[in-house]
Amino acid sequence: MAKITMREAISQALWEEMERDPKVFILGEEVGVWGGTYAVTKGFYDHFGPERVRDTPIAEAAIVGAAIGASMRGLRPIAELMTINFAFSAMDHIVNEAAKMHYMFNGQMTLPMVIRTVGGGGRQLGATHSQTPDAIFAHFPGLKVVAPGTPADAKGLLKSAIRSNDPIFFIEHATLYQTRGEVPEGEHLVPIGKSTVQRTGRDVTVVTYSKGLEISLKAAEQLAKDGIEIEVVDLRTLRPLDMEPVLESFKKTNRAVIVEEGWLSFGVGAEISARIYEDAFDYVDAPIRRVAQKEVPLPYNRTLEQMALPQVEDVIKAVKEVI
Amino acid sequence: MELTKEQRIEMYWMMLLARRLDERAWVLHRQGKIAFHISGIGQEAAQVGAAFALNRGEDWVTPYYRDLALMICLGYTPREFVLSLMGKQGEPSSGGRQMPSHWSLRRANAVSHSAPVATQACHAAGIALAMKMQKKDQVVLTTIGEGSTSQGEWYEAVNWAAVHQLPVIFLVENNQYAISVPQEKQMAVRSSADKACGLGLEGLTVDGTDPYKVYEVVARAAEKARSGNGPTVIEARMYRITPHSSDDDDRTYRSREEVEEHKQRDPILVVRSRLEQEGLLTPEQVEGMEARAREMVDDAVQFATQAPYPNVEEGTYPVYAEEVRHD
Repeated sequence: MAKITMREAISQALWEEMERDPKVFILGEEVGVWGGTYAVTKGFYDHFGPERVRDTPIAEAAIVGAAIGASMRGLRPIAELMTINFAFSAMDHIVNEAAKMHYMFNGQMTLPMVIRTVGGGGRQLGATHSQTPDAIFAHFPGLKVVAPGTPADAKGLLKSAIRSNDPIFFIEHATLYQTRGEVPEGEHLVPIGKSTVQRTGRDVTVVTYSKGLEISLKAAEQLAKDGIEIEVVDLRTLRPLDMEPVLESFKKTNRAVIVEEGWLSFGVGAEISARIYEDAFDYVDAPIRRVAQKEVPLPYNRTLEQMALPQVEDVIKAVKEVI
Repeated sequence: MELTKEQRIEMYWMMLLARRLDERAWVLHRQGKIAFHISGIGQEAAQVGAAFALNRGEDWVTPYYRDLALMICLGYTPREFVLSLMGKQGEPSSGGRQMPSHWSLRRANAVSHSAPVATQACHAAGIALAMKMQKKDQVVLTTIGEGSTSQGEWYEAVNWAAVHQLPVIFLVENNQYAISVPQEKQMAVRSSADKACGLGLEGLTVDGTDPYKVYEVVARAAEKARSGNGPTVIEARMYRITPHSSDDDDRTYRSREEVEEHKQRDPILVVRSRLEQEGLLTPEQVEGMEARAREMVDDAVQFATQAPYPNVEEGTYPVYAEEVRHD
């Protein structure tokens, strides 16, 4: 199997799906001639043409709103929001329209659309350009929220997202684009709404996703040197949330740490730990710990930024606390 | 494009039916039989004129909440309207899930809008984009109040449609008030159609109390859109005779004299007397129409009153097109 970057994997998924289905098209800021801010759609404009790789005005509400309209007509738009921070300008269309239209229409209208966006900190882009607000989007019934942590999952999940008849909010992490991994060529589909175990272990269950996966796997290497084996469960999809692998693992280890890049309060970790307490209380041997971003707007200065973001050492410390 | 006598009479009938239905909704609210009503009284002429300019059933419409008359022209029935007011089972837009007057009617290609205003303009741009990509000979009519043209999304949508020459008609129903805020506090231009010139498309203002004039202007815009010459902004001027909704008292922000003055120029009265003067309608025929409207409204209320409410378990779906487990 070829080892390629996350960027290449995402690009491959888009390319293959556009070749497969003429109804699929891309719209967003700078996606055309320039090939996208993160170069994901490089070469697409020349191959697929300006009709299917559309440079739009700088108007996030209209990008998502127009994608909603086009999907109602049976097309399969992929709206790219340059960063997740800009999604706030399109929030009404995402949470009031995309998320609710199917229900409010009593199923008479489906929105087969994907909103692709880039989140996450660590690149010194400051507080309004580096957020990880994934949990906000996962709060809304009607959206499906996907956030891959490996190149193979990125490709397989994005292909599934494009084929889905529901609106998908697809979050890529800005610092994972260069991550390399083995990715099956051609038809490779990963189901939306399925968590998976990325590393097996007997001592502590670490639940995570996206950037948190990279941090957790690094922590696992170091902990293994001390004889501590953690089991890393990757959520991959935040909504609908698949707790089965989490609970199965927890019933074995009886201890859990949740690792996410977003802020601690009201975050993914809060949801996961609540569900473990609700559904596996009899198996709890230690308080569940959460590793998350410090509760500050993410600073620009590198030292300050790294202070605020969750680190490998934070995961190691939390794991040792629950043992 | 010339309207026949029959069409002109039919247009008056649609205005009248929508009016009587709207009036009954106010009564139902006062009787405590419905939770909420938002009215289109005074705006029927423009809505009917615009609807008749469309290829109804083929073209798409993203309307706003005062468009009862427009929806009636698209085939929305009085029974369906009262079902929606009461949130009853079988209501075709959403089965009681969506708020009344947030119209959607799949069979008429009419799409519901959000509570924050102006979202429908963006959807219209996207629908029109798809029509163009699918090479369809269709147009989108999207309506909005003049206050909502202050929203960024309206500009985003109009700009986009102009850039790509999309087949959209942006109809602004200028009824003079947002909720309580008058036009002069909403914009510095005399007509929201003037905003079009800054975005590079045609903007027209028309008397929104004259259904036949509105028809002409919208039909021309539709023709232009169909032939690939892009969108048009049309402002139809009118007056909102009722309060904003059943939740406000308009005496706090406008005088009774002002409202009375406009009631004298109520489009229902004006169009009726015009048709009578032209010899197209006799007072007896109008009486017949009134009786028919009353009968249909009575029937709708009776039908909806007897209809069951949705079963509680219906409320949990269909959140997704594909099955999702929530355990």
